[in-house]
Amino acid sequence: MRDAMNRRQALALGTGAVVAATLSLRAGPARAAKNNSEEAIKAFTRGKEPVRGKVRLELPEIAENGNTVPMTVSVDVPMTEESFVEEVMIVAEGNPNPGVISFHFTPSSVAEANTRIRLAETQNVVAIARMNDGSVFSDVRQVKVTIGGCGG
Amino acid sequence: MADVKPRIKLDKKDVAKGGVIEVKTLVSHTMESGQRKDKDGKTIPRKILNTFTCDLNGKMIFSANMEGAVSANPYFQFKIKPAESGTLTFTWTDDDGSKIQATEQIKVS
Repeated sequence: MRDAMNRRQALALGTGAVVAATLSLRAGPARAAKNNSEEAIKAFTRGKEPVRGKVRLELPEIAENGNTVPMTVSVDVPMTEESFVEEVMIVAEGNPNPGVISFHFTPSSVAEANTRIRLAETQNVVAIARMNDGSVFSDVRQVKVTIGGCGG
Repeated sequence: MADVKPRIKLDKKDVAKGGVIEVKTLVSHTMESGQRKDKDGKTIPRKILNTFTCDLNGKMIFSANMEGAVSANPYFQFKIKPAESGTLTFTWTDDDGSKIQATEQIKVS
């Protein structure tokens, strides 16, 4: 009986927390980054403001285990010798360090890659693609992380 | 490191020119992020595979620079559009400088 009560209380608390989290997200603007991800992005784009689109970042909406979160990034452009995606950088705004991984592509590869990443907590993950002519595109996804993946 | 055998899977090894090969790679590595602490509260130093490259006949066609936020036993799935037949060389480079390597033969006709 005592257990059941506790479970119910815990559940109620849990739901409350989730609601609160959702509300605070809706109320506020984008969550502030916890690390110097903005500088990392600027260095990558060489100061250019990335255009939203072309890049598609696929991540689960909710990651139960932040230690291994499947991630796919793709850029919707044809890859030719004249025009191709040079590099795609993945940045995690809520990890201790912003950098996650960067992929280098060539005209002999398809601008798409999948790997598994670590996310410390609920946060935004940003993908930025740089073309060989220097133009930059971005996409962002929020991932809710149940158990953080940076060990403590 | 020499005892680590990466697992490489190509969906086909023989393609027409302009064809796409899907590559999946998996390698065993703890990818110690440099964020964890041991039981005495001391930070465990970072030790990860920091670079992965896929070369065709010695020319890089796909590569990745990894940080501590890449999961243990790094897995990659990517697609290549090889221009010629030859040897694909997959190389993972450790923070300590050691390398893990594997090769596959492909045919482009």
